[in-house]
Amino acid sequence: MDAQVHIVGLGAITAIGNSVNECLTAFREGRSGVGDITFLNTRYRGSVPVAEVKLSSHALAARAGVHHDTGRSVTMSIIAAQEALNDAGIDHLSSFRVGFVSSNTVGRIDMVDEFFTRFIEDQTKGRLRHVFDHECGGVTQAAADHLGIKDFVTTINTACSSSANAIAYGARLIRNDIIDIVVAGGTDALTKFTLNGFVSLMLTDKNPSKPFDQNRAGLNLGEGAGYVVMVSEKMLAHCRKGPYCTLRGFNNSNDAFHDTSSSSEGTGPYLAMKNALAKANLAPADIDYINLHGTGTENNDITESAALQRLFGDDCPPISSTKSFTGHTLGACGGIEAVFSVLAISEGIIFPNLRFETQMEGSSHIPATTFVSGQTINNVMSNSFGFGGNCTSLIFSKI
Amino acid sequence: MSIFIRSSACLSPQNTFGENSLGTEIIEHRETWLRPIEPDYSKLIDHKALRRMSHVIRMGVATARKCLDQASVSMPDAIMVGTAYGSLESSSSFLISTIERNEEDLSPKEFMQSTHNTVASQIALSLKCHGHNNNFGHKGFSFESAVQEGIMLLNDQDAASVLVGGIDEMTDTSFAILSRLGLYKRNPVLNLDIFKSPSKGTIGGEGAAFFFLSKKASPANLAELVGIQIFYKPIDGREIEQRIENFLKAKGIQVSDIDLLIAGKNGDPKNDQVYENLAAGIFRSTPRACYKHLCGDYPTSSSFALWLAAGIVQSGLVPPVIKDGNAATRNPKRVLIYNCYLGSYHSLMLLSDRKES
Repeated sequence: MDAQVHIVGLGAITAIGNSVNECLTAFREGRSGVGDITFLNTRYRGSVPVAEVKLSSHALAARAGVHHDTGRSVTMSIIAAQEALNDAGIDHLSSFRVGFVSSNTVGRIDMVDEFFTRFIEDQTKGRLRHVFDHECGGVTQAAADHLGIKDFVTTINTACSSSANAIAYGARLIRNDIIDIVVAGGTDALTKFTLNGFVSLMLTDKNPSKPFDQNRAGLNLGEGAGYVVMVSEKMLAHCRKGPYCTLRGFNNSNDAFHDTSSSSEGTGPYLAMKNALAKANLAPADIDYINLHGTGTENNDITESAALQRLFGDDCPPISSTKSFTGHTLGACGGIEAVFSVLAISEGIIFPNLRFETQMEGSSHIPATTFVSGQTINNVMSNSFGFGGNCTSLIFSKI
Repeated sequence: MSIFIRSSACLSPQNTFGENSLGTEIIEHRETWLRPIEPDYSKLIDHKALRRMSHVIRMGVATARKCLDQASVSMPDAIMVGTAYGSLESSSSFLISTIERNEEDLSPKEFMQSTHNTVASQIALSLKCHGHNNNFGHKGFSFESAVQEGIMLLNDQDAASVLVGGIDEMTDTSFAILSRLGLYKRNPVLNLDIFKSPSKGTIGGEGAAFFFLSKKASPANLAELVGIQIFYKPIDGREIEQRIENFLKAKGIQVSDIDLLIAGKNGDPKNDQVYENLAAGIFRSTPRACYKHLCGDYPTSSSFALWLAAGIVQSGLVPPVIKDGNAATRNPKRVLIYNCYLGSYHSLMLLSDRKES
């Protein structure tokens, strides 16, 4: 039953690049995507930094080949998913069963905002096209229709771990022979709704975030989309190039502690990592790099560190949070960081964790701070933890 | 290895909570929004926790707990929830606050509860369940995606038991918007008469249904969940028929083996054409039933249909109120649910009366 699921295509759009290659260049150059708000219309412009994708909504729509009023979450989804499909280069795609498992956390609530501004004054007002089909499923549907995928289409939403769960679900669909090919990952646009939510929870840093640092002061919200294309073993013959790696293990465990914060001993993160290793039939010592959830909030980083300590002891492999470059992209981060994790294996990369200066009190963990490539990286773990105690770890392995 | 429905629980606009079947007292509603009949939540949920819960969370946690009680288990290995709209009430209330207060002095409570996976995570929190916890929000595939995952987790041996639910709430806001979008009939009708009314639109509903699934054979199982399949935007009626026939064939049966079809007709003549075509086509000799006049139409209403089907298979009784057409059926052993949500989202779920492998 545990047949291998192969990663054959990658696509990403983030604040540090509009394609996988552009993101890689930014990592090499140590160039963060965090900065002042330029596109989002909010009172926090100039006071709360974010990691915006550096294209206007119109430019994104033009690039995706859709109507200019489509919404950023959909256009970014199309751009990254199409890149992943092109990268996979599967011949006669339409003769196979193709699935699209995509995540997002707030749908097109940025457009619903316009509707509600008029609707709350008069329930007969507000343009219906600013609200119709704008729930989470509507985003996936619009992207799937544009990509021409229809054999299995669904949306997963477990807050910040959403797209890691989408990738695990996609892998199960292949293992259970329900589809042959899956494009899995997620997308999320920066919105006033989420920005205000995180500000109200006092979880946003007024400066670029410092994941895993003693003086961290919160996260920077980001936006983007990231997808992997996965296929079964028998499909490899139809791919124009060899696979990057396999998705060898995955696990979803729940912290069951609090709505929005994790337990001090990091039960959920620990269980997710431990059980993902068990599913991959690997030992902690086999992991060569961990792409952290590493949001930069007081609570996440210290509990993730506690969970790492519990599982890896004093022999923790290199770790880093790429959110220091891309911001926290919520429903997209599991997908985006899966793309980076696959690159870690194929290019032998350890990604740097920007702005780290001081080790956290009560933690033994010092993240990697410089970009290195050409390393031998056989197994990479990618962590994604979300509100509701939802913790998911993925393990990618060299073939 | 077969997968069985060990227990179910359903909170709906009918007297279904804590029951395995509809019973004889059918609740009539003369509205285009069928509101659920709520249990006394304080008997099911800790008072302190209850105070903090929004409507959809109450419905979800109460129904999930009732389902576990019915199976006499305290902890599932995994929880998965399908909800198209998630926490509508909290989402719109936080959104409206950001507009009205011009992004200042917002309370984080609404934002926290607006998170789409709040029902699934609150169930985990209330049970202290550290197992797999997932949430699907994809229109008419939300519940089906969750059921599909439950089946895969059991097949992959990553769980020995799963708690799967479908849930959606309606709010004044969503009702106003969906009405303006033309989903519902313009004038109130008696819910039991929606199939007689030629007017456009359907009636809305809300509710929750949960199922405890495992591979354990037991005379206490309600039914076997033989399979599920979703298909999206089929090209024409011929493709729909082919998809249904292929699904049955893969399970080793054919249309004539189906003792009862439960279809998702919703009283909107345009929407129901797909069902009429099938009733005149491959299902012309199959006894048929429908359910949306009892619970209203909403994206996860197929979870109500699954609850209904499990009760029918277990009891052998088909409530007269759901019958569609005159074909007699007694002691149905195989029940097929076919739902088509908003013309695009088609799903099939097949149950049998087998309780042991």
